[in-house]
Amino acid sequence: MKTIKLFPVTGSFAENKDVARDIRVKEIIPSIDKNEEVTLDFKYVDSATQSFIHALISDIIRNYGIEILDKIFFKNCSDTVKKIINIVTDYMQERD
Amino acid sequence: MKIHLPNSAFLGNIDPFFRAFDCSHPHKLEITANKKWISVHPVVLSMVAALGLKIGKSNIDCEKMEAASKHYFERMGLFKFLGIKSDITITEHEPAGRFIPLTQIKNSTELTKFITEMVPLLHLEPKQAEPIRYIVSELARNVLEHSQSEFGAILSAQYYQKSNTIRIGIADTGIGIKKSINQSHSAPTDLEAIRLALTPGITGTTRKEGGTEFNAGAGLFFIKSIAKVNHDFFLIYSGKAMYKLLKSNQEKSRIRLYADPLKDRHSIDENLPFWNGTIVGIDISLDATKEFSVLLDLIRETYVKTVKERKKARYRRPKFI
Repeated sequence: MKTIKLFPVTGSFAENKDVARDIRVKEIIPSIDKNEEVTLDFKYVDSATQSFIHALISDIIRNYGIEILDKIFFKNCSDTVKKIINIVTDYMQERD
Repeated sequence: MKIHLPNSAFLGNIDPFFRAFDCSHPHKLEITANKKWISVHPVVLSMVAALGLKIGKSNIDCEKMEAASKHYFERMGLFKFLGIKSDITITEHEPAGRFIPLTQIKNSTELTKFITEMVPLLHLEPKQAEPIRYIVSELARNVLEHSQSEFGAILSAQYYQKSNTIRIGIADTGIGIKKSINQSHSAPTDLEAIRLALTPGITGTTRKEGGTEFNAGAGLFFIKSIAKVNHDFFLIYSGKAMYKLLKSNQEKSRIRLYADPLKDRHSIDENLPFWNGTIVGIDISLDATKEFSVLLDLIRETYVKTVKERKKARYRRPKFI
């Protein structure tokens, strides 16, 4: 299991999409490709934008299928972060 | 071009200011101002500063300001932006002045730094800060990603004690919404392009539902929703068109979000002087700030319903003849 702590790179408000892309490309995808489970730890991150969460996970869902959510875990999420993750995973499941 | 700073221009009464903007002779800018008192929304300052940056100081003719409120413009950094010596002296306020002077944001790193520094400047409580930093982040990122403007986003904000409101204005002189949306959709008019940009799941970067790896087409819908839930003004002006979300009745207990912005209580104008780029103004009343998480529930409900409806509308049955 690979654990990725977001706060050291995002601060308390996760909004920088370039940072999100880097986490996805450099950390999440290589772990998934090694068949590892991934935990995204949002401890101390009190809020995030939809754009950030989209840049973090939407392309993974698009490329690996929605079943990939069985291998990604979201830990220590605030209410806001949880709801934004839900919005993104909802619309990614309704796409073409 | 000619722009006149009027006696009053806030989101509720800003239309005459837009209509008076003279966009002819795009290589010169003449700025005049009301001689007695000028009280304007930060979006007005952001517009003037954005024009000034694009035109360059040697092509700006700015009338000497006489209004008693001229110090405000010095404090907000307007003359510095225009490269003009104002001769107005001000006593520097403590950073607790609860305003954000005109700021140019040209890249992602500058934006992140700006958002971190912004919240203490406006003296916001965590609950109040949440929607405001969200709005600033999404609006400025829209400019950086879609406007193709070499000058980036010009932003300013001000707290108004009497109404307990934060007013935010952001302007760019980029390609505008119509050109951006038409990269993937078909919007024959500026207003149709604004309507599409405000619809959840529509982005200029792709026609595909779910967007690209970087864009989902949700940012402006979220921002309009924040304004709607809080019963505040939200305005967007690009090309010749303006869409304004009007304040809704505070008495209504159940707020409905609409995917189609034309279903909200609004006003539009399709014959404004051409603004080469995009302008967004928003008011956030701190008294009425709803819990952000409640807003997210409403957004989730509307967003998913809209995507499902679009998918259903695209579904085609085979024709057996």
